[in-house]
Amino acid sequence: MAATQEEIVAGLADIVNEIAGIPVEDVQLDKSFTDDLDVDSLSMVEVVVAAEERFDVKIPDEDVKNLKTVGDATAYILKNQG
Amino acid sequence: MAKIKPSKGSPYARILGVGGYRPTRVVPNEVILETIDSSDEWIRSRSGIETRHWANDEETVAAMSVEASGKAIADAGITAGQIGAVVVSTVSHFKQTPAVATEIADKLGTNKAAAFDISAGCAGFGYGLTLAKGMVVEGSAEYVLVIGVERLSDLTDLEDRATAFLFGDGAGAVVVGPSAEPAIGPTVWGSEGDKSETIKQTVPWTEYDSTGKFPAITQEGQAVFRWAVFEMAKVAKEALDAAGITADELDVFIPHQANERIIDSMVKTLKLPQSVTVARDVRTTGNTSAASIPLAMERLLATGEAKSGDTALVIGFGAGLVYAATVVTLP
Ligand SMILES: CC(C)(COP(=O)(O)OP(=O)(O)OC[C@H]1O[C@@H](n2cnc3c(N)ncnc32)[C@H](O)[C@@H]1OP(=O)(O)O)[C@@H](O)C(=O)NCCC(=O)NCCS
Repeated sequence: MAATQEEIVAGLADIVNEIAGIPVEDVQLDKSFTDDLDVDSLSMVEVVVAAEERFDVKIPDEDVKNLKTVGDATAYILKNQG
Repeated sequence: MAKIKPSKGSPYARILGVGGYRPTRVVPNEVILETIDSSDEWIRSRSGIETRHWANDEETVAAMSVEASGKAIADAGITAGQIGAVVVSTVSHFKQTPAVATEIADKLGTNKAAAFDISAGCAGFGYGLTLAKGMVVEGSAEYVLVIGVERLSDLTDLEDRATAFLFGDGAGAVVVGPSAEPAIGPTVWGSEGDKSETIKQTVPWTEYDSTGKFPAITQEGQAVFRWAVFEMAKVAKEALDAAGITADELDVFIPHQANERIIDSMVKTLKLPQSVTVARDVRTTGNTSAASIPLAMERLLATGEAKSGDTALVIGFGAGLVYAATVVTLP
């Protein structure tokens, strides 16, 4: 079953918490991965791979650049999840 | 049909000795900052690299190899005359023929050892080790010298922000010889030529004159990072399984020293226990391609972080893309 927006945000929060140690409650739609959540461009690759596995979605390198905020990633996953 | 006598090798092979050579010039990040817009903090946080070594004019591919090999031969407790074959992996020896291995074999004083070069980028050490093991077991050489050597500073575009800080120079060598017990596991290796664009020399040498641009190594950093961490973790796991070794039985992990962030992520992805010693030679050596694994191995043994008889997983990966992983007993 496809994940809802809330489930995706919660899932991303777990992933960011695991990779960057940021409290899950800080991971909100308007937060920027690099500026607010201490996820640098290489950690972002780890976030993306974890999200791909969790949500059954493919996120090619050229699309990763456009995923600046948690909201961007959530919308991308909502649209492309399998 | 006439009967051909088969060759006679050893039942198994092992690494008997290791040696390394690091160029005398130590280059801190400050020097890199003279040609790219970056910071010491950025370089350290993205790569772990603090310093690297750059070779001078005397520290040629052959000269560095001879130094490292001399140490490996002494460590193995044999003489150069006993070496039956010399395998050199390098991408930065600029004279293609004759193979630099022949010069090294001669300078070391081997007794006309078979000698040849291979090109397998950052997987070169694992490729060479696999060939060496085959030769020892098959019987075409009793002792084989495997050398990984690079002068990547010659192939570095110092104005390229994505690579200027990464590369270093050096040589690492091992002697592979007979063993009564298995001490080099099955190799899991391969190539993915469909990804050849992700790490490559900018232009072929034949186009050098017309473009006026000296060929350098370029890469798509993020794509390589993703492949190195996640695809190579699978290969590393396959090599452990093929050797019948569990993560708990492993003492040491020596991945190709490309970037400490790749190493950190691989360790996490592989769920290696805290008890495993992880090579982090990249911090002071940078990425030396084919030389990185034997250099890291030598340093871990020299500092006492690893000891002779330890079980180590080694994995190399890089331009090709190519990769090779195997479990070995440390010399
Ligand atoms: C090279 C590497 C460290 C670059 O990191 P990256 O996160 O991919 O870098 P990017 O090019 O995406 O840039 C990310 C940000 O850092 C900046 N940046 C890039 N290079 C920089 C540098 N040298 N110094 C400071 N900032 C730099 C970029 O401008 C960008 O900033 P922005 O987000 O504000 O636009 C990394 O990709 C890597 O190590 N990959 C593996 C390479 C490797 O080891 N290859 C050999 C394998 S054998």
